Amino acid sequence: MTAMLLQSAVEQGFIYALVALALYLSYRVLDIADLTTDGTFVLGSAVSAVVAAAGHPALGLVLAFAAGGAAGFVTAFLHTRMKVQAILAGIITMTGLYTINLWTMGNRADLPLLKVDTVFTWAAGVFGAQWNKLILAALITVGVGVLLALFLKTQLGLSIRATGDNRDMVSASSIDPAFTITVGLCIANGCTALSGGVLAQYQMSSSMSLGTGVVVIGLASLIIGEMFTRRGGVWRGVIAAIVGSIVYRVLMVFALRTSANPSNLKLISAVIVAVAISWPALSGWVRLTKRKLAARGKEEV
Amino acid sequence: MLTVTNLSKTFNPGTINEKKALQNVSLHLEAGDFAAIVGSNGAGKSTLFNAIAGNFFADEGRILLDGRDITFEKEHRRSRQIGRLFQDPLRGTAPHMTIEENMALAWLRASKVGSGFSCITAKERALFREKLARLGLGLEDRMKQPVGLLSGGQRQALTLLMATLVTPKLLLLDEHTAALDPATAEKVLALTKEIVAERRITCLMITHNMQSALELGNRTLMMDHGRIVLDVGGAERAKMTVEDLLDAFRENAGRAMNNDRILLSTVE
Repeated sequence: MTAMLLQSAVEQGFIYALVALALYLSYRVLDIADLTTDGTFVLGSAVSAVVAAAGHPALGLVLAFAAGGAAGFVTAFLHTRMKVQAILAGIITMTGLYTINLWTMGNRADLPLLKVDTVFTWAAGVFGAQWNKLILAALITVGVGVLLALFLKTQLGLSIRATGDNRDMVSASSIDPAFTITVGLCIANGCTALSGGVLAQYQMSSSMSLGTGVVVIGLASLIIGEMFTRRGGVWRGVIAAIVGSIVYRVLMVFALRTSANPSNLKLISAVIVAVAISWPALSGWVRLTKRKLAARGKEEV
Repeated sequence: MLTVTNLSKTFNPGTINEKKALQNVSLHLEAGDFAAIVGSNGAGKSTLFNAIAGNFFADEGRILLDGRDITFEKEHRRSRQIGRLFQDPLRGTAPHMTIEENMALAWLRASKVGSGFSCITAKERALFREKLARLGLGLEDRMKQPVGLLSGGQRQALTLLMATLVTPKLLLLDEHTAALDPATAEKVLALTKEIVAERRITCLMITHNMQSALELGNRTLMMDHGRIVLDVGGAERAKMTVEDLLDAFRENAGRAMNNDRILLSTVE
């Protein structure tokens, strides 16, 4: 029983790792907090479910990625060309996506896939019914991760990384930051939507509520992963996203077994992200306080 | 090489903060000219650089580089042919990327459109290595290290190398040694002279050092209140002393002060 729970946790870890990879690209590499994520995730799941229901599950994943890229393009356009702040641009797109997601699912909040072939049913034919989900989810995520890392080593990838690292330098090196941000956000949102798309076929349903808090969970995963890999090169970032996401899901299984209410997990994720991001400020404050106390001690002697 | 005609720029026009940063500036540099610019703070030196580099579009006037009108070209397009160094050594390099990757970014200027998916080749790596070795800072053995680990002087030397990796038509140096310690500043300046002379790069340099304003290059310009008030070269410049230049400087600064006094007295 536990083994089964663990296996499904790892499966979901691989699937959600695509969101962590997307956030690695937008948040760590480009230094943009992209709040389109919550909306894009549902968009991907909706597109994937609808197309799978029509009998084309693989095409569903491709279209999910493309739809996510389009959503990322809207955010990037608002941010780079219309000069809307990045966070607000993401929120605007996410809000608009809510309606589009409802339309896509035929104005229903839930879209179950009953007796529909998915990519996982195909995989069962190849890998067997026991491991099909795990192997396919791992293949997709590791494949995307490797492609992302290789991409970030190309000329275009270097330009995208430099945009997040030192924007002054970028335009002085003949690179158009508006272009690199657009490419980066399109790819990131494509990955997020692909994650939603794979999840929809994995759990045989799409739902409007899937997206809530995805961005925070993805960030929490990435940060957990970085505790193992430390921050550094591109490969470390990619591995951090995948490992972190799996660890997060496994932790969740344990949390559920200790009979905690699953809805508590959102609060836990929020706390993890808040503490991890404020860590430098917190540790700085602790160090300063220690020094102050030490200095006071000396005076008294 | 560079022709600037009647360039004007006013910031915050029509408000209480209105600032006429550039007023009808005209300037012509021949190929291979190396001009030093002096002037008090707020004289418009950096604004002129920003206008030439394309940080903003000027209100009026034209900018021609090597015969091509770049007045309305965007910054990233212009930077294919204009190299620029700032006072802050941190501005010119990406700290979390390796030395090699930073060099590759500078090398993008030479690349053709559509080669976005190619990686750093062995040939390019060898080229970067050879160029880095010329700095004499041992950076060629640290190509896989992030640039953030380097000192300010090393970073500025690297930025100089990157700005000239693909020979630019124009090099803009905005007090690029001012934030470095004297010994390092001298080293970076010597390196600058070497590279500029060797490849005959047309160059504009802002400095607050009157001595080097007269010694470096072949022309000295002085700016004041958004105008070029002095432009000397050749024999006239050769017989000019630091004292002469300071006098001219004070004369301009003094006039500015008088203007302020007049302004204050009329307010009364």
